[in-house]
Amino acid sequence: MTTLTIPVGPDDHVEGNRAAVCTLLEYGDYECPHCGAAYPIVKRIQKHFGKQLSFVYRNFPLIQAHPNAEAAAETAEFAATHGKFWEMHDLLYENQQDLAVENLHKLAKSLKLAPKDLDKALENQEFQPRVRADFVSGVRSGVNGTPTFFINGTRADVQADYDSLITAIEDAISITGK
Amino acid sequence: MSEILSPGTQAPEFSLPVTPDQKLSLSELRGKPVILAFYPADWSPVCGDQMALYNEILPEFQKYGAELLGISVDGVWCHEAFAKDRKLHFPLLADFEPKGDVAARYGAYRQADGITERALFVIDKDGIIRWSYCSPIAINPGADGILQALDGLAK
Repeated sequence: MTTLTIPVGPDDHVEGNRAAVCTLLEYGDYECPHCGAAYPIVKRIQKHFGKQLSFVYRNFPLIQAHPNAEAAAETAEFAATHGKFWEMHDLLYENQQDLAVENLHKLAKSLKLAPKDLDKALENQEFQPRVRADFVSGVRSGVNGTPTFFINGTRADVQADYDSLITAIEDAISITGK
Repeated sequence: MSEILSPGTQAPEFSLPVTPDQKLSLSELRGKPVILAFYPADWSPVCGDQMALYNEILPEFQKYGAELLGISVDGVWCHEAFAKDRKLHFPLLADFEPKGDVAARYGAYRQADGITERALFVIDKDGIIRWSYCSPIAINPGADGILQALDGLAK
């Protein structure tokens, strides 16, 4: 059984009820098509479980394979400092076929964030340490590709489809007895 | 399924093609930790398959001064095309002729399927296997075990 080495903490991006009985955590890459396919599935799963589930996202950009993945991850972290992590996370997945820097500017603008501030953050690699820390924590936790999901801290070795994830989450909830 | 070699065993020496006109021997790497990653085949269809994942993690392995070698029964030209396509920055060895011979000596050959297991070995600077792990063939083992083993060597 492969488990999360760094538990969910205050620095994590958490969507939904932080006190939920179940936490679904994804290590993802904004430019990975499999993560793109999982994005609407996660939305449906969140809707299905409501307050029973919180969703956590950590960066795992495969920068050798995906040339825009690092900048996209840093863009989401930039948005996070303006309280707009999840808005940017969603926009990045909804626009993952074009994550070149011009498009990142457009996405920033649509959230009323200044593209020149984004440029500065990317140039100074301001958020690179954060993204790298996520990546290393993933490696240490047995992330074996993207997306990798953890359910209540244990790696979910299931297909990233709706039915498999729903079943795995239901199992995790039933173990807690709540 | 055969048993893979266990920790404490001297890692069997080998010399395998690493490019169409070059061979690499394990003994050439004496003095550094070596990560030997046997994997079933080039061109598995997912993002972040095992070799692509290790390619991303390479800087973490390098912090320990470790050399990573991928090994499968694919031929050198296949490896070359695969490595180029995935932009791999570490060598892939071709256990092609006699097919699977090195894998078999590590207990990591699946005779019935004609491919290697997904087997990992961490070998210390003196050529002794210090950690080994055989993953179910369909499950990419990730790199957490390798890093823990390297932590162990550093102590």
